[in-house]
Amino acid sequence: MGAQLRVYKRRIRSVSATKKITKAMEMIAASRVVKAQRKVAASTPYATELTRAVTAVGTGSNTKHSLTTEAENPVRAAVLLLTSDRGLAGAFNSNAIKAAEQLTERLEREGKQVDTYIVGRRGVAHYNFRERKIAESFTGFTDEPSYADAKKVAAPLIEAIEKETAEGGVDELHIVFTEFVSMMTQTALDARLLPLRLDEVAAEAAPKGEILPLYDFEPSAEDVLDALLPRYVESRIYNALLQSAASKHAATRRAMKSATDNAGELINTLSRLANAARQAEITQEISEIVGGASALADATAGSDR
Amino acid sequence: MAAELHVELVAADRQVWSGEATLVVARTTSGDIGVMPGHQPLLGVLESGPVTIRTSEGGTVVAAVHGGFISFADNKLSLLAEIAELSDEIDVQRTERELERAKAEGDAAAERRADVRLRAAAAR
Repeated sequence: MGAQLRVYKRRIRSVSATKKITKAMEMIAASRVVKAQRKVAASTPYATELTRAVTAVGTGSNTKHSLTTEAENPVRAAVLLLTSDRGLAGAFNSNAIKAAEQLTERLEREGKQVDTYIVGRRGVAHYNFRERKIAESFTGFTDEPSYADAKKVAAPLIEAIEKETAEGGVDELHIVFTEFVSMMTQTALDARLLPLRLDEVAAEAAPKGEILPLYDFEPSAEDVLDALLPRYVESRIYNALLQSAASKHAATRRAMKSATDNAGELINTLSRLANAARQAEITQEISEIVGGASALADATAGSDR
Repeated sequence: MAAELHVELVAADRQVWSGEATLVVARTTSGDIGVMPGHQPLLGVLESGPVTIRTSEGGTVVAAVHGGFISFADNKLSLLAEIAELSDEIDVQRTERELERAKAEGDAAAERRADVRLRAAAAR
């Protein structure tokens, strides 16, 4: 076998092996998207009911709470950025990070100091590489986040927001995550979690202009709100984590699909080249034989004379 | 009008139980509360404890609920809990082991959780 042909054969073999791997990863990601979507759906009843309850307390009572009132001049904001632990997901992580950077820039322009909290190794690596300060980071659960993970993430944030600003607390809490719109579309977006914009929450809970009943609070409106708001934040973070996970798997699936397609194309091109090389080799051999035979024939013809 | 109320028992990550009921008894921070159809709109903070739901078919559903909220309006009752388990889902032997371990380690929260589970399981 010619050297050229051998090189082509070897490359085809290695590309096919890669293709098999990316194909497998694509299928794993596809099954995980479905699972993650199901988890998002399963968490929805709790989130809706909680939102309803928050609206009920917020609009049905005149309670003032540190988590619903805006600070006069906010000086510090916390940004929670959700990325994934693993890459191979196309632009998923860079989009989320870019959105977080834009938000940080905007907040800093408004004169707020920004504390960054990060979920996922990718985001942590990005910030560490640029030597930016991370207030706190959480890793190891981004593929399948549980409610306990959401609580773990929410705890320091709630603590920070409840602390006085002068003692290092924050006035605002923003979250940057990737919304799962559909299998093909996932958008990185930022949202302000706290202080709560009650009118927005109300619009979400009762879109049809439904009037909420006048509730009786047990034990009191303040206590209910006190207990409710941290749970609300946790549930919002949990929802964002789940959406982020679903988006990550969808992005991985898409990236792996195009990798598989590219590998297939490469194999086609290489096979054509290998065929051409083989054909060239055969042609050369034939012409050598023919050339040799005619040289022999010429030589014998010469000796006859 | 049939005296019924619609109950949704939801945990953070799933819907645990939903259906029609005639009476729901739950433990709030200020004591046990029983909700029957037509109760006035209510929003309360739950203690961890067993919740008893008397279904309209005459059966009883008991669930162990660990923290959360009860909200009632328009004859619809929602029980929101971070963790909620129906009594049939509770593995008594495992919970007993957990209780012993919690007692040994002096983990009051875990002990209380296991205790609530066992009580819910006993009430079924």
